[in-house]
Amino acid sequence: MNIVVSLKQTFDTEAKIVLTGGKIDATGVNVVINPYDEFAIEEALKLKEKFGGEVTVVSVGGDKVEASIRTALAMGCDQGVLVNDPTLENVDEWAVAEILAKAVAQIPYDLILAGRIAVDDGSSQVAVRLADSLNLPSVSSILKLDIEGDKATVVREIDGGTETLELSIPAVLTAQKGLNEPRYPSMMGIMKAKKKELKVLTLADLGISAADVASKMSAPKFSLPTPRTAGKKMSGEPAEQAAELAKLLREEAKVI
Amino acid sequence: MNFGLTEEQQMVQEMARNFAEKEIAPFIEEDEENHHYRREILTKMGELGLLGWSIPEEYGGNGMGWMEGVTALYEIAKVHTSWRLAISGNCWGPAMTINEWGTPEQKEKYIPGLVSGESVGSFAITEANSGSDVGSMKTFATDKGDHFVLNGSKMWISGGHTCDIGLVYAATTEGGGAKGLSCFIVDYNNTPGIERIPIHSKVGMWPAPTSELVFENAVIPKENLLGPLNKGFQICMWMLNNTRMGCATGSAALGAACLDGAVNYANERTQFGQPIGKFQMIQQQIAEMKLEDEAAKFLVYRAAWLKENKLPSQQATSIAKVFGCNCAVHGANMAMKIYGSYGYSTEYPCGRWLRDAKQFETLEGTSNIHMGIIAGIELGYQPNR
Repeated sequence: MNIVVSLKQTFDTEAKIVLTGGKIDATGVNVVINPYDEFAIEEALKLKEKFGGEVTVVSVGGDKVEASIRTALAMGCDQGVLVNDPTLENVDEWAVAEILAKAVAQIPYDLILAGRIAVDDGSSQVAVRLADSLNLPSVSSILKLDIEGDKATVVREIDGGTETLELSIPAVLTAQKGLNEPRYPSMMGIMKAKKKELKVLTLADLGISAADVASKMSAPKFSLPTPRTAGKKMSGEPAEQAAELAKLLREEAKVI
Repeated sequence: MNFGLTEEQQMVQEMARNFAEKEIAPFIEEDEENHHYRREILTKMGELGLLGWSIPEEYGGNGMGWMEGVTALYEIAKVHTSWRLAISGNCWGPAMTINEWGTPEQKEKYIPGLVSGESVGSFAITEANSGSDVGSMKTFATDKGDHFVLNGSKMWISGGHTCDIGLVYAATTEGGGAKGLSCFIVDYNNTPGIERIPIHSKVGMWPAPTSELVFENAVIPKENLLGPLNKGFQICMWMLNNTRMGCATGSAALGAACLDGAVNYANERTQFGQPIGKFQMIQQQIAEMKLEDEAAKFLVYRAAWLKENKLPSQQATSIAKVFGCNCAVHGANMAMKIYGSYGYSTEYPCGRWLRDAKQFETLEGTSNIHMGIIAGIELGYQPNR
């Protein structure tokens, strides 16, 4: 069973976001594999252990992303593909999905897995758009996956409960927290990862031009949440303090 | 000259950091309070290859060496100092020493288990009346033809009552001093005549077990003699030159933990209307910690690089160890001052840092012994091995 995992590199979840000129400043920020994509990698590796086959990690991004793909290879994935093209700065989700679809089309696959959301922009669009582009069924936020022949049974999270679905594969499934516990790359895995293939492709290698995937959307501005201000201290008699507090809760905080 | 980590070393660093944060950090408070040794952490470390540095792959080695080993130990020790001992106690101690001095049968029998984490390892040198003066040890192994009989006792042995396999150094020649010592591989689970007594009175390193060992007519098979008879002192010094990297790296990492903690606290704690980090006297303390932290880390990497390249490393190891100890003790002391009253509370880590830091000045050669090695080599009184 051959599986493709779509991977995105994101900021470390503890990274402090700094805006420079209205743009997110990546200087000195530690980057990691999007945590939800780690669930997808783990599920792919478990299926590989059960059914055999190969796991290919595919990503779109710059040079730095190679390190995250290497980590996935160290965890046990077999090969990596990175679409790295200088024209691909600030691309939208539609463009990324189109590029991924072209890259994935070159790889034999029975299943495509991805994280349900990227912790940076949180759009949850790419995997679903990829399914659409490849004309595949898709289920998001899965918590359990069983494969039998060309049938997949998945349990996914819905509002206030879970839903069990059956679908044929190939399909695109996105992983929710709880699907599994991702493994650590072992030291032996890190050594092996060095020798695994990591193919770096440009748009031309995929037979597409920058104009073919010109973004339909742009993000001209970012802003940070309003910083928390210091607390207020009441003074006076207890009754006065209570009255003051009630007034503030009603007029300023607008909670009562 | 390149001060950067390779791509693989960065992956090792990230993996070890994640491992320590997820597998070790959640248990710190509970295990400190109960003086509890959590063997499953060592087992997991073994499974992930964190105990297989500089060991041939045929015996389960991870294919990596000293630079990667110190990188991993640093990240683990930074989270919880006690857990640095897993690497020294299994890999840099017994496994590496058996790999250097053992017969093919000994290597095959003992190294894979120590590296995979299936066995817990230890090494026993110190006795109640024999510390720095290793040659004065009284534990004696009598040659009985087809086996040795071991009598005596050992003190302050890391992992002594939790280990499966250990190296034990003992005298084999009456009055032979350093020239009459030998090294034995002891299978603790299958050797009658060994009493293992946990020591609960340590000032720090609470989740790391320490023991007294009493040998009473313990029968050690002939094939468990490691290396030549009466070469034990040489083997011991060779081993210590490796295991001391655990102290050097662990102490540098502890200093770094103190610095990180102090920086966070100084940025968060507000007095006189501003974070205390804005005060020059706090800045002086932070700067002192940073100076030592940076230097200690580079001394560790320098000594590891010498070892990786099979160059004389004894002086560099002693320098890294002494400097690392100073960095840890000073760092812990400074952190406690910066944290103020909270630093003196057991709800904050300063107390643990200080208790753990003090061990480094004593174990695997006191700072005085290491200063002696550094000076002796510098003055030409002894070779730099």
